[in-house]
Amino acid sequence: MQDQDVQRVERLLRSPWVVIGAGVLLLALVGGLLALTFPLYRDLLASPFWFPIIVMTGMLMLILTSTAICILAERKIAAFTQDRHGPNRVGWWGLLQPVADGLKFLLKEDIIPRNVDRPLFLLAPCLSLTISLIGFAIIPWAGQVHWPWMEPGATVSTQVASLDIGVLYLLAVGSLGVYGVVLAGYASNNKYSFYGGMRAAAQMISYELPLGLALVCLLLTTGSLRLEVIVQQQATSGLWYVFIHPLVFLLVLVSGFAETNRLPFDLPEAEQELVGGYHTEYSSMKFAMFFLAEYAHMITGSALMIALFFGGWAPLPFSSWLADRTTWWAMLVRLGIYLGKIGLFIGLFMLVRWTLPRFRFDQLMRLAWRSLAPIGLGLVAGMAVLTAIGLHRTWWACLALNLLVTLVVLRLAAHARRPVTGRQEDLPDLNVFPIGTPTGVIDHA
Amino acid sequence: MRDQDVIVLQEPRLTAVERLYLPQILDGLRTTLRHMFSLARRRQTVRQYPEDTRQGRGELRIANYRGVHRLNKDPHGRVACVACFMCSTACPVQCIHIEAGESPWPDREKCPVKFDIDELRCIYCGFCEEACPVDAIELTPHYELVGRTREEMILDKEKLLAVYERTKELKPRKNPPITDYGLTGGQPPEVSRPNVQGKV
Repeated sequence: MQDQDVQRVERLLRSPWVVIGAGVLLLALVGGLLALTFPLYRDLLASPFWFPIIVMTGMLMLILTSTAICILAERKIAAFTQDRHGPNRVGWWGLLQPVADGLKFLLKEDIIPRNVDRPLFLLAPCLSLTISLIGFAIIPWAGQVHWPWMEPGATVSTQVASLDIGVLYLLAVGSLGVYGVVLAGYASNNKYSFYGGMRAAAQMISYELPLGLALVCLLLTTGSLRLEVIVQQQATSGLWYVFIHPLVFLLVLVSGFAETNRLPFDLPEAEQELVGGYHTEYSSMKFAMFFLAEYAHMITGSALMIALFFGGWAPLPFSSWLADRTTWWAMLVRLGIYLGKIGLFIGLFMLVRWTLPRFRFDQLMRLAWRSLAPIGLGLVAGMAVLTAIGLHRTWWACLALNLLVTLVVLRLAAHARRPVTGRQEDLPDLNVFPIGTPTGVIDHA
Repeated sequence: MRDQDVIVLQEPRLTAVERLYLPQILDGLRTTLRHMFSLARRRQTVRQYPEDTRQGRGELRIANYRGVHRLNKDPHGRVACVACFMCSTACPVQCIHIEAGESPWPDREKCPVKFDIDELRCIYCGFCEEACPVDAIELTPHYELVGRTREEMILDKEKLLAVYERTKELKPRKNPPITDYGLTGGQPPEVSRPNVQGKV
């Protein structure tokens, strides 16, 4: 082929119309296939047993794909905040970068160091990924749906599992996620990995407390642990809980950052201190699984926060639009809105990551125990009083409580001599080995 | 050190708002968002290297750039080096290897029989250029130097002279040979003066 022809083909391939055309073609293909095979799955869609399984499969695919896209988004956002372009060589504006990354991970050599605890070493990434994925079971993606060919009044739920203990299940699964990290750190037989794992455990335990306390306040208002009920309440009244409980949301947000091990709380994998943290010894697909787990965890965390505070699939605040519709197009709109909200939240996660520096470990602990936990306790006490006098379901009482606690905190902060996270000189002077003492000798006198 | 020489720095006292940490976070987010959505700033900062080079933009300071070496030729087309070993003596990493021979020309005593520079060992400090009394060895603005083997990266006399042939239009040899110590390189001041444009 002539050089000019090559250039012409290259220019054609680079044009945005190719990718738009490919997208439209793909959509048409999938849509056509779905339309052609419609009689095959028509009854499955209407069945209360099979429909959740279809939802589960679809969402699992979607989430695993979107983690790959998240990684691209992360790199792009990182680049944009630092005045760079980010990956822009593979595909159109770098859109095929996730494919290249995935291929790279698959083809890399999978190294298992000789001195690791083999079963645990192999188990850790699987555990990490599995646990971060099972949290999706109770996310109420789009409420109830009534297919036109169903009996009038009958609906199926787009939630995979409707658990009585919904929020508790998510909390339990969320904190189980640290098992993978601790196991990886322990099994690696490497002190830095182990240190990363230990940090993760300590951090998780500390931040469970403010998270739990904050959620107790919210649950006193909702009166139910079922996520779909909480979302339905918000959608019907139009009063999202973030407007009623802003301070509670703040606590959950900060704890959520800590639970997902994201910056500014990513101490378990602090590169500057711990080489690579708990996944130092991992390579190839096992490393990728940790990566996927982190992003899946992020998506679960965002989905939980959205369901609890931002009305889940409810499209607009202060309006009950779509709240009681069960048609299939309403379901699709709700699903799109839920996913859009998750996207926004993940954008916030990433933006925060590239804005804030990492905390020191003592700062992290001080933030949890000295500021978030007392605020949570105060809120719980206040909510208990409100519950006793029967005002825990009234929006102005809850809002007033939140504002009151905020004002008290501001007042205390105005008089504090130190920032909440403390300073270096606040560290205890352990003086284990005073200068001049030979470190090998222990003085028993 | 005397006591009065010691400067004690006090950490600035934080205001109540700063101690809360949250407004500062929002401030930081505003900064990153501002950078995120400013395409002009990004375009100004980044050069898409293989397509867009500093030289292509006219931002490369040709006279000062320390890239691949070259051996200059004098106006008669002879190698300008007189094999005085000044450059190999000045070289901090001993990457220049010279073997001298008797010069066939009447105006100098010696000329290099062998002149090898190990480009992998070189740290591109430019001391050889400064040491050269006849301005025979010079660093060029060429930086795209690749090779498949280590042997290939040792440039001999012929290759160094070929580099001169390639770059003599871009960066003419300073003539007469004793010059202003490479300060201007015979270029107009706006090209040769360092930091003529503000840093981005």
